[in-house]
Amino acid sequence: MIRGRAFVYGDQIDTDVLAPGAYMKRPIAELAQHCLAAIDPDFAVSVVRGDVIVAGYGFGIGSSREQAAQALVQLGVGCVLAKSFARIFYRNALNLGLPVLVLDSEHSIQRGERLEVQLETGRVKLIDKSIELHAQPIPAFLQTLLADGGLIPHLKKRFASAQNYQR
Amino acid sequence: MMTLAQKIIARAAGVATVADGEIVTCQVDLAMMHDSGGPRRVDGKLRELGVGVWDPDKVVVVSDHYVPAVDADSAEILAFTRGWVAERGIRHFYDMRGICHVVLQEHGHLRPGMFAVGGDSHSPSGGAVGAFMVGIGATEMAGVLATGEIWIRVPQTLRIELTDALCDGVSSKDVLLHLCATLGMNNDYLCIEYAGSAIADFSMQERLTLCNMAAELGGKTGIVAPDRCTYDALTAIGVETASSTHWRSDDGAAARVHRVALGELAPHVAAPHSPANSASVESFVGTRIDQAYIGACTGAKLEDLHMAARMLRGRQVARSVRLLIAPASTQTTAQAARDGTLQILTEAGAILLPSGCGACAGLGAGVLAKNEVCIASTARNFKGRMGSAESRVYLGSPFTVAASALAGAIADPRELLR
Ligand code: SF4
Repeated sequence: MIRGRAFVYGDQIDTDVLAPGAYMKRPIAELAQHCLAAIDPDFAVSVVRGDVIVAGYGFGIGSSREQAAQALVQLGVGCVLAKSFARIFYRNALNLGLPVLVLDSEHSIQRGERLEVQLETGRVKLIDKSIELHAQPIPAFLQTLLADGGLIPHLKKRFASAQNYQR
Repeated sequence: MMTLAQKIIARAAGVATVADGEIVTCQVDLAMMHDSGGPRRVDGKLRELGVGVWDPDKVVVVSDHYVPAVDADSAEILAFTRGWVAERGIRHFYDMRGICHVVLQEHGHLRPGMFAVGGDSHSPSGGAVGAFMVGIGATEMAGVLATGEIWIRVPQTLRIELTDALCDGVSSKDVLLHLCATLGMNNDYLCIEYAGSAIADFSMQERLTLCNMAAELGGKTGIVAPDRCTYDALTAIGVETASSTHWRSDDGAAARVHRVALGELAPHVAAPHSPANSASVESFVGTRIDQAYIGACTGAKLEDLHMAARMLRGRQVARSVRLLIAPASTQTTAQAARDGTLQILTEAGAILLPSGCGACAGLGAGVLAKNEVCIASTARNFKGRMGSAESRVYLGSPFTVAASALAGAIADPRELLR
């Protein structure tokens, strides 16, 4: 269960906005301070652990740079809800343990509104308005990946059990 | 009956058939990484897993993003990359030889029917030779390097039927900018297959541009079924591969179809800050520019330089504009030197930059200041990508970029061909 305030953006939030090229050489903590700055200079300073990004179509379009998802993880973003995701971003996010859900419902979520997101079912509650929205739950085999904390911990587990099996 | 994408995925997954939407695990034939998203990002993860590279001979590493080093940070990244390939026993390493997608094809690493992954979003470029190649991020790449496999959802095919012939001064870049405007950038999970009676007229480099910008359409990848042109090009660079009629979509295989009559297509320009903001060049003629940039895997291959040279021959770049040209590879530069193209470009006043991603990704020479306006032959013009978040980048073909450099403002290249 994710609980946090909404940060609302439009369509095609691209990877250059999420992870600006100029900071790509720098450590992730520094890069993350510039995440979304081109369209929302306040984002990095105001976001707190568990907050939720709500966006339109094509979230994460552009480069394969994983820092686009990693910056959000670094800043403590609880999950991203969008009408659709660019496929590389979608995979990167889950591989890094960041939940991303496709939001089916039309909505008028405002910035700062409090949300509660249930990853298994895709239920999205607007806490103050007692409205409920629907997102597509993450496919089952990817939920396992997410539950393990991302691809690397997931593979670690797989390798460990393969070794036990061989013994 | 299967599409080309389905055939390649089924082969890589070791099954007879696959259906659209099905999730399968594929064995990877080739994994390509560059200096930015590659070794420096995967090394820690491989160490954490305590494993090596599954098959070093199936890995290609290209240093192209931070070349040549402009500061100590980029020098470190390049040094790390060199050390890593040596340590991991990776023989296929191209250090400052050009942009990864172009280098990969120049050196014959891709063949029809291959299933490949690349640590870069323009990896669909590999579709030019009839390989199925998708872009992935660094963690996923670490997973591929550790296991040699990857899960994939079988994409539906969107077949772009190209008919007719392009007019002079119009190129594959214009086809793609037109498609970005008409189909939008959210063609998620689709394999975009370029086909139709006109595809035979597209050279390998023009096919690379078509497949490369499948990324801008939001597709999973782009592909062109191998034909005579493909096999001839492979033979010419010494790749031995038996010509096969297997690697093509079967007649009647389910696919969405979109038709484009090329004869009616005008040169296209995309306005800031999205490739989808594109329209016929006429709507932009006269827009003043500060810089013209011919670069990137998308727009600085030998044929792209030839397009620019046709515009620039015997003419001078406007005094108010700087025209920067970064040939896509060192091989491109050598060929352009041999055939006289470089002379035409430099005599017109173009400034030659090193082969690499450079300003395309805002990393190297040629980035923009606040409020500056640029027209570029690159693939994407997202806000802030080429430098200041307050700069503005238009996209066009090499013809259009060169014509605009001469005029000092966005110009219709067809005017110079009349
Ligand atoms: S030239 Fe530009 S589009 Fe091509 S690989 Fe480099 S950064 Fe990406």
